[in-house]
Amino acid sequence: MIRIACPFCGLRDETEFAYRGDATVSRPPADAPIEDFHDYVYRRANPRGWHVEWWHHAGGCRQFLKVVRHTMTHAVHSVGLASSTQVVPPE
Amino acid sequence: MHYSGLRLLREALTGNRGWKPAWRDPVPRREYDVIIIGGGGHGLATAYYLAKVHGITNVAVVERGPIGLGNTGRNTTIVRSNYLLPQNHNFFEWSLKLWEGLEQDINFNAMVSQRGVLNLFHNEGGRNAAARRGNAMRLDGIDAELLDREQVRAMCPLVDVDNGRFPVMGALLQRRGGTARHDAVAWGFARAADARGVDIIQHCEVLGIDVVDGRVRGVQTSRGPIRANKIGLAVAGNTSRLAQMAGVDVPIESHVLQAFVSEAVKPLVDQVITFGAGHFYVSQSDKGGLVFGGGLDGWNTYAQRGNLPVVDHVWAAGIALIPALSRLRGLRQWGGVMDMSFDGSPIISTTPVAGLYMTAGWCYGGFKATPGSGWCHAWTIANDAPHKLNEAHRLDRFRTGHLLDERGNGPFPWLQ
Ligand SMILES: Cc1cc2nc3c(=O)[nH]c(=O)nc-3n(C[C@H](O)[C@H](O)[C@H](O)COP(=O)(O)OP(=O)(O)OC[C@H]3O[C@@H](n4cnc5c(N)ncnc54)[C@H](O)[C@@H]3O)c2cc1C
Ligand SMILES: [Zn+2]
Repeated sequence: MIRIACPFCGLRDETEFAYRGDATVSRPPADAPIEDFHDYVYRRANPRGWHVEWWHHAGGCRQFLKVVRHTMTHAVHSVGLASSTQVVPPE
Repeated sequence: MHYSGLRLLREALTGNRGWKPAWRDPVPRREYDVIIIGGGGHGLATAYYLAKVHGITNVAVVERGPIGLGNTGRNTTIVRSNYLLPQNHNFFEWSLKLWEGLEQDINFNAMVSQRGVLNLFHNEGGRNAAARRGNAMRLDGIDAELLDREQVRAMCPLVDVDNGRFPVMGALLQRRGGTARHDAVAWGFARAADARGVDIIQHCEVLGIDVVDGRVRGVQTSRGPIRANKIGLAVAGNTSRLAQMAGVDVPIESHVLQAFVSEAVKPLVDQVITFGAGHFYVSQSDKGGLVFGGGLDGWNTYAQRGNLPVVDHVWAAGIALIPALSRLRGLRQWGGVMDMSFDGSPIISTTPVAGLYMTAGWCYGGFKATPGSGWCHAWTIANDAPHKLNEAHRLDRFRTGHLLDERGNGPFPWLQ
């Protein structure tokens, strides 16, 4: 069980959340070239290691959280607000 | 050595002293015409068809562990071609036809068992979708039958057809679908490829791919550099990492899927049955264990293990479908890491790097594709261009907008 410390609700089980994928991509401006939109929708680093990702606390406060989690150990390094910038630890 | 009933008898009478290893354990040469990375079913099948169909035998398959211990040895062995989109069902049908002649072709018992695959539906919408998919298949000459509730009851007496919450309304049946023995598929292709001169190099991890002026030149491995001007990736679950070694980004995320086996019992489930109202599907192995699974854990991972919430859901869904399951104990459970593509369909393709090819993005459905993927990947490598059967499965479809979104889920790998 992955457990995520929601800044609003406290430590909660993964079953309360909806996963929303890689949080490092951001939507390009409307007049950006089509390539930028391709990268936004489809291009992912898919790292084996630390991954910055969205978890929606759908079964709790309904906030979108930014989580830094390891894709081999599943350890959660930090949980922040959607607007936060978190440090990604070295390997 | 040819395998046959006669050989079995002769060996039985002479103390089984005549058996030889099914493939060699060669030292890697310095250079090959083609290197296939990944010794799962897809990589071994690619090497076999390169040798058999295209006469290219100076080929190495490099595998970081022993062959067949990736998803090939971890899957639930369902074989079928019941897809909606013509580009998909025509490809998978070709693969199913290869399965039908595989054992004679490679002289190995892969235990292909066409016991039928039933996809149950539980409401009008589900029935319409099943009928549409069945009709799409039949238009291309693929077998599909729409069953009503009573036909399902007669075929699958243990299914709780009258379930209070999700009564079964019927099923889409593909009689030619079924299962095969996963390990035997890896071993059989390895033996047949080896017999045609392919080097199968185990315990040899690829650590880098050499690209010079936009062309591949070879690989760096844990057993030293090996040169080749053509390289095929067949590394399910690790395609992003390997492609990135050559500077190529792929629209893939790595996710885990779990599988389960119960204690062995007498024949209980005769077909492959999938539940349309929850994440659950089941068949029974020849040893007697029920083999079943459900959906993804749903978050990026490279670890070959999943978590308990999915274990709980799969058992609960299974018991809702077949209440008799509540009397069985689980024996084993494991996970495999797969490439989840952004449209749920595979990629068998050339790449922006000359001489680099891939068969990737198989999601949870690539075992059935093993012969077809190997056949099309081999074709693509030999001709430096896709075959008609896999030209829609190109890597650049995500740039051109020609997606193969079989289920209409949108660009979310964890939902495919
Ligand atoms: C639990 C589960 C159930 C499934 N059930 C079904 C099913 O019922 N029906 C179906 O059709 N499909 C199913 N699938 C999907 C199917 O298992 C896969 O799509 C298919 O087996 C992939 O075969 P492969 O040869 O590409 O991969 P693998 O067998 O995983 O082979 C890839 C190989 O590449 C090697 N490799 C990786 N990195 C390197 C490197 N750097 N250097 C050298 N070698 C490397 C790995 O060690 C591995 O052996 C399931 C998958 C899972 C996980
Ligand atoms: Zn919360």
